[in-house]
Amino acid sequence: MIEKLNLENISLAVGIIVILIGLWGLLTQKNLIKIVIGFALFDTGIHIVMVSIGYIKGRTAPILDSAVDVNNASQIVVDPIPQALVLTAIVIGLGITALMLSYVLKMYQKRKSLEINNYKDLKW
Amino acid sequence: MLQIILAIFLGIIMLILAVIAVQNKNVVVAIIAAGAVSLFASVLYLLLAAPDVAMTEAAIGSGLSTIIFFYVLNKIKRQNG
Amino acid sequence: MVKKGFILLILAAMAVIIVGAFAGFTGNTDLGYVANHYASNGASEVGSANLVTAVVVTYRGLDTLGEVTILFLSAAIVGFFLKVENTDNKDRKLKYVSEILNTASQVLVPIIILFGVYVFINGHLSPGGGFQGGAILASGFVLMFIAQPKKEISHKMVTILESISGVSFVLLGVAGIIFASGFLDNTILSLGKFGTLFSAGAIPIIYIFVGLKVGSELTSIALSLKENQNEA
Repeated sequence: MIEKLNLENISLAVGIIVILIGLWGLLTQKNLIKIVIGFALFDTGIHIVMVSIGYIKGRTAPILDSAVDVNNASQIVVDPIPQALVLTAIVIGLGITALMLSYVLKMYQKRKSLEINNYKDLKW
Repeated sequence: MLQIILAIFLGIIMLILAVIAVQNKNVVVAIIAAGAVSLFASVLYLLLAAPDVAMTEAAIGSGLSTIIFFYVLNKIKRQNG
Repeated sequence: MVKKGFILLILAAMAVIIVGAFAGFTGNTDLGYVANHYASNGASEVGSANLVTAVVVTYRGLDTLGEVTILFLSAAIVGFFLKVENTDNKDRKLKYVSEILNTASQVLVPIIILFGVYVFINGHLSPGGGFQGGAILASGFVLMFIAQPKKEISHKMVTILESISGVSFVLLGVAGIIFASGFLDNTILSLGKFGTLFSAGAIPIIYIFVGLKVGSELTSIALSLKENQNEA
């Protein structure tokens, strides 16, 4: 049990629980802004999971400065690909959050309510 | 060893803040808590040897995204009253 | 009650799926095949000291183009939705901004913008790059919007800057097809001495355009929301 307690397992567990908390908020909350907060938490959790999969124990960041021997780099650095993916995903996450919030604003201007139960146009 | 203790500490704080962000009735508190989750996540990225990701998360997750939430909340409150 | 049961069921199913997917995860001990290639040949093929930059700009440059396009679309839709109908700002009430915040922001905003530019110019040497630098630029501008509400920035200028940098980014990519081996190939300029500012071929130039594009897009989102505040 104690040998499982390393950095990548801890961060993986934290990421998974944050994903589940975000999903819980998404499903239980009635306020539109709280739903968007649930989406943001879901996003953060997925990013933590992806970065912790790329981590390799005892290795350093993928930057070839004076601390890293260039010829032997593949034995010293962690995986750069998940980091590159997450880097762009965070920026896009902000764009998506802003888009959802502008939808919320537009919906509020039409109906003067943030309660999800008041929007039943598509329910039959 | 120090890294593992720090990671557990950060993880517990993040989970508490995430539950606050989902459960608190006050939307302002929820927005601040969601921003703080991102802030602690950026420290966790630094432990995971990802300084690029940590920089992005600190600038965007806890800075810009919180501001955008508050702009929308402010607009909604102003239309209300 | 049935609804709560359903929610619990969905959460439990999701937990089983995710935990099941990662149950056997023991942590990597070595790089995968592709990552191994990037780590051992990144310095000689691309000449960038920061391997994340090498992956984002050159090895997977086409993905970056797609992501920048998504960001552009979301900024455009936010601008479209929050269009200000009456631009009559004469009798708007400005909130009182404290003297300390105002004065501090006048000192801090140029420094933050300078730091953002530093981050995206040095993207191939140190942690940082176009996306981070653009976000820092945008947060500097957002600080200015909050602390100095009387100051107006032309939204048109931001849009023009964004368009110019986007078009230049794509043109540099096409130049890679014509003069080198593929889209966004950075060897159209000489690779230079590894680890210096003028190295890694076209990566600093590409990252300057990406940084300006991301910065102006995020600023444009914040600006649309700010202009919308003033409307009744």
